[in-house]
Amino acid sequence: MSENNNQTQPEALFSARNKKLLTNPLGKDNPINVQVLGICSVLAITVQLRTSLVMAISVVAVMGLANVIISILRKTIPPRIRIIVQLTVIASLVILVDQVLKAFVYDISRQLSVFVGLIITNCIIMGRLEAFALKNKVWPSFLDGIGNAAGYGWVLLTVGFFRELLGSGTLMGHQVIPDFMYEMGYENNGFMILPPMALITVGVIIWVQRHRDRSLVDVS
Amino acid sequence: MHNLLDKVRPHFEKGGRFPKMYRTFEAFETFLFVKGDVTTRGSHIRDAMDMKRTMFHVIIALTPVLLFGMWNVGLQHYRAMGEEVAFIDQFLFGLIRVLPLVVVSYASGLIVEFIFATIRDHEVNEGFLVSGMLIPLIIPVTTPLWMVAVATVFAVIIGKEVFGGTGMNILNPALLARSFLFFAYPAYLSGEENPAGNFVWTQAPADQAVDAFSGATPLAVAATESTIGEASVSQIMESMPSALEMFLGTIPGSVGETSTLLILLGGLILVATGVGSVRIMLSVVAGGLFMGLLFNLFAVNAFMELPVYYHLIMGGFAFGTVYMATDPVSASQTGSGKYIYGFLIGVVTLLIRVVNPAYPEGMMLAILFMNVFAPLIDHYVVEANIKRRMKRLQAVGEKSA
Repeated sequence: MSENNNQTQPEALFSARNKKLLTNPLGKDNPINVQVLGICSVLAITVQLRTSLVMAISVVAVMGLANVIISILRKTIPPRIRIIVQLTVIASLVILVDQVLKAFVYDISRQLSVFVGLIITNCIIMGRLEAFALKNKVWPSFLDGIGNAAGYGWVLLTVGFFRELLGSGTLMGHQVIPDFMYEMGYENNGFMILPPMALITVGVIIWVQRHRDRSLVDVS
Repeated sequence: MHNLLDKVRPHFEKGGRFPKMYRTFEAFETFLFVKGDVTTRGSHIRDAMDMKRTMFHVIIALTPVLLFGMWNVGLQHYRAMGEEVAFIDQFLFGLIRVLPLVVVSYASGLIVEFIFATIRDHEVNEGFLVSGMLIPLIIPVTTPLWMVAVATVFAVIIGKEVFGGTGMNILNPALLARSFLFFAYPAYLSGEENPAGNFVWTQAPADQAVDAFSGATPLAVAATESTIGEASVSQIMESMPSALEMFLGTIPGSVGETSTLLILLGGLILVATGVGSVRIMLSVVAGGLFMGLLFNLFAVNAFMELPVYYHLIMGGFAFGTVYMATDPVSASQTGSGKYIYGFLIGVVTLLIRVVNPAYPEGMMLAILFMNVFAPLIDHYVVEANIKRRMKRLQAVGEKSA
């Protein structure tokens, strides 16, 4: 995906190649399932679906914008200090996101606590800036950022869904397991709330994905 | 019986009516008879001890513990209710409580095993025959049945099948099932009273029990008394059952873990049949004694002063040593690796028991922890062996040169 520098003819906004930038990270190039990046935040903030959702949206925003900004600046950034420049861009965006969260969804911002700030160190974002935005035009970079963040997001949401449903019996804070189940002796699964279960849930997602797409299985 | 199997066999082989069910058929056949496979090439030495027979020996070794566990469940129940009943009534009460646990554990685990064997077209592995028996023995008798089923399915899928089935698992599946229960439903697996208003360790409603009865296990007594109060070691020992009771096993606890005496008997069977490793058993005990003596030497609280031998007869130490740590798949494979592996299990168990008040029992966590390290231990043992032999080779080479 890196050598896309041919500037001979203008291409359509959603050419096949551009579409791929958006869809590949959702499936066979997924940052979590296939590249196994950003696991730390998956373990930390997926106890509830709501926090997962907010986190996913935040990452989509940061990643799309960061990719665009770096892509615009790509010819002016000296290669030697590019990492610092990237970090500065990401950090500024994360601070923006953090302020917005604090202003509008204070409770969730409290729950996410340090993990909003830690978006800065999310290796998926750095990785895409390094691997893609530094070498590509603005529009493809934007798509790539959104695509990867969405790929990160859906895994986050899936894990959050199962963890909240089985761990707390709720979804988005509303109780979904009916009362009579509890009266019959059903109990919430406390293990689901602990981080190891997030890892196992991601593992199961990877399992299902590789079962459906055999090309992902490393045969070497 | 054999004729019957032979008669239905064609239906399950290729071209028959149920080719998908072949693995199921095969499992039942080999369960009843040694398989009629003949080696086709070269000469082999074969032994009747295939894996099913090995597992069967473990089951035999578990039987005394299971029977005792059933009786003890009844004993504890009637003790809690303050009633005196005949031996047979106590046993029957326990039988009725324990049998469903066994059945549920086997049924849920085997269903998963058969499904995977059919999908992946491999033989149904017999490893679960033992795990399915171990699971009911290491949980409190009051565990709700659906929890047992969920934990068993989890252990078989995540603990075993994702790694490739029996023989490939890193962790002991039975302990994985227990740790799943322990972390998922802590209220049912520790403490004194579960949310259903029952004692955790004794099948009796807590509000109907006689006042003198405490449902706590000796380990829980030791842990709570030493952390909350200024209780001296003799006071702790007074509020615990006597050492003899703990050795015989007439104390509250998980179904099969209480009787050290019968566990020793089972251990003897395992060692005599060559199934269990003496090295591991002895080194676990050595590790426990070592750490216990260390605690005695540098005791800062009453729990640390507790006589060392108490640790060997309390809780799941004996059971874990004999049946869990020796699991041939998840333990170390190399000879000296087994000593290291066992010793560290003993040490970590006592560390968790005495130093960490959140977990009264450390055997489960210690074994799982060392399961993870077993391949690493093996790696270094093998490396060291290679190095030593290389040195010897060089020495010989220099002499002859």
